[in-house]
Amino acid sequence: MSDSVNGEITAGAAEIPRETLEAATIPIKVAPRSKYKTGLAQVSRAILAIIVALIVGGIIILLLGRNPLLFYADIFRAGVLHNGWQDSVTRMAVLLLMGMGYVVAFRGGIWNIGGDGQFLLSAALIAGAGPALLSAIPMGWALIILSLIGIVVGGSWTVLPAYLRASYGLNEIVTSVMMSFIGVYLANILIKGLFRSEETTVPQTDVMPFDKLLPKIPGTIIPVSIFVALAAVLGMHYVMTRTSVGLRLTVMGANARAAMHAGLKVKRLIMGGFFASGAFIGLGAAMEILGVWGYMRADWNPKFGLTLFALVFLARLNALAVIPLTGFFAVLTIGGHTASRNAELPNDFMLLLMGLVLLFMTLAELISIGKAGRRALGRRIVQALRFGREP
Amino acid sequence: MSVGFWTSLLSGMILAGLPLLFASLGETISEQSGVLNIGLEGMMLVGAYAGFVAALYSHSPWVGIIAGIAGGMIMSAIMAVFCVRLGLDQIVVGIAILLVGEGLTSLLHGAQFGTSYPRLEGMMHIKIPLLSEIPVVGSSIFSQPLIFWIGIGMVLLVRWVLRSTNWGLNIRAAGEKPAALDAAGVDVTWTRTAAVLCTGALAGIGGAYMAIVGSGIFVPFMTNGLGFIAIVITMLARGRAWWALGGSFLFGICLQIGTSLQVAGINIPNDVIFMLPFLVVMVVLVIFARQAYLPASLCIPYKRGLK
Repeated sequence: MSDSVNGEITAGAAEIPRETLEAATIPIKVAPRSKYKTGLAQVSRAILAIIVALIVGGIIILLLGRNPLLFYADIFRAGVLHNGWQDSVTRMAVLLLMGMGYVVAFRGGIWNIGGDGQFLLSAALIAGAGPALLSAIPMGWALIILSLIGIVVGGSWTVLPAYLRASYGLNEIVTSVMMSFIGVYLANILIKGLFRSEETTVPQTDVMPFDKLLPKIPGTIIPVSIFVALAAVLGMHYVMTRTSVGLRLTVMGANARAAMHAGLKVKRLIMGGFFASGAFIGLGAAMEILGVWGYMRADWNPKFGLTLFALVFLARLNALAVIPLTGFFAVLTIGGHTASRNAELPNDFMLLLMGLVLLFMTLAELISIGKAGRRALGRRIVQALRFGREP
Repeated sequence: MSVGFWTSLLSGMILAGLPLLFASLGETISEQSGVLNIGLEGMMLVGAYAGFVAALYSHSPWVGIIAGIAGGMIMSAIMAVFCVRLGLDQIVVGIAILLVGEGLTSLLHGAQFGTSYPRLEGMMHIKIPLLSEIPVVGSSIFSQPLIFWIGIGMVLLVRWVLRSTNWGLNIRAAGEKPAALDAAGVDVTWTRTAAVLCTGALAGIGGAYMAIVGSGIFVPFMTNGLGFIAIVITMLARGRAWWALGGSFLFGICLQIGTSLQVAGINIPNDVIFMLPFLVVMVVLVIFARQAYLPASLCIPYKRGLK
């Protein structure tokens, strides 16, 4: 805009005094803050939020009568040192895929909070169908079909909340949470009933043959699922930043009504975005079961759903930024397990920590009000991060 | 179906429905004032834990209930500061409160009681003379703990406050058109803050009731989705306290029916029983999807001078 206006004024006004011209151009001239600086500010705020949350979490551990330094040292030791990093990288695959599920939903202003149900139901069906399928058809095909099962199940578990939101404007937070609970219990019913193995006393599915699971990267215990996840992240980043689908989703997330007036098919976008969200979460379940476990126990629930929520916001819905954050979170979950056991605490420290991260993240954003960083994140998310609505 | 079945269903309905009632009454106040409280479950859990610990050490359920109120209010104070004062997003902060509530109570319980799971003594029941002699209804409805009657009284109180007092009018105005309330000279921030704190107190009672009267024990994650069901009840009740009562006891039946069937000798897997209320919620939502209503300014922080 500024270029054309400037051009017109200067071209057709030779006799206008120079000062008037300059005065006219001043309001149009906006010095763009460099992308690099904005990014740096965002990264430093994210790190600040994490550090403050770690400190407050440490204080709470101290109040519980445990040594927080020992606790964090245990996390680092079990999550990074020796071969802990391999476990952490393995864990990253499922976290990244679920994270992508949240990125695509939140970009479109869709609050898919029911990730746990989508994850567990997909996992149960994959673990239930896996053993028979792997012994019946060639391994490669079986793995592909099982992954597709995960994608379809995870995606279809979002159809009802998506439809209710798209058609009746019913708040999808509540409906997706309800579907999540139904999914969690349905997964248990399936494992304790239809898929129950006859070889074990503990209710669980049959175990898939170890050599028919996803192959490991040579020399490590990391399954190739991490490459699937990284490919998904790159694909998501490309779609969100370089394609019309990504732009349409972002526009809808910024203002659904404006999107409708601009001629976007909002209903279809909500259904599609929601389905894609569930599909990524289902794929994550496939990678976790086919890459790591090979079976599923009843009542297994790693509760990645809501804890990842914080990370995706911290990444400002940027797919690439999710990578380092999930790396950090993977170390926390892998190491936190050992650290909690050593400290004789329940393994729920992560819930607390992620809740604190969310709180301090919103506070850190508050500090930066009025500064740059006003990216097209979506109306509801901009709201999330600064005062009120845009003036 | 035997007398035992109906008695256990009715009394169980009240037992399971009361926390829902308190929570959804609280959520009603909050939503009417324009604050969507997704962290209801976190507040209930903190209320439950605080109430349980206080009742355990003081041997008095009332001290426990008061501690539960305090616990819920502390959590809601976070919500009030972050969402009402600072105008941050209610959904993000609500989920943060949920996570903090879950994690904190689980850690505290684990650190304090480990795996011992202490139990409270049976808490007092009040029998209404004559009425409690009636067969099925008497031993279920008319011999409930006093808190049941407090719950019914709370319905009347919330209804009266929202409908017939100036303060209730302010609350509803803050939810529908805060700018108008501001122009009328009433502080929107304070109105909403008070509403959010009331929500915390009521959610705290609900949680404390679950731990002290309902089960006599605190278990991490014991609310198990009740907070979200309460939000659904509130959405469908559309600010009407009596509907919140009806909805709570309706879902109380769903929560209880499996146990009652087990009493009657019919065996159903636990997971089906746990799943039932959520299934019913979804069915109800699908049927009444058009009827759900939320105040116009829900989820929108108010800041003077901003459009």
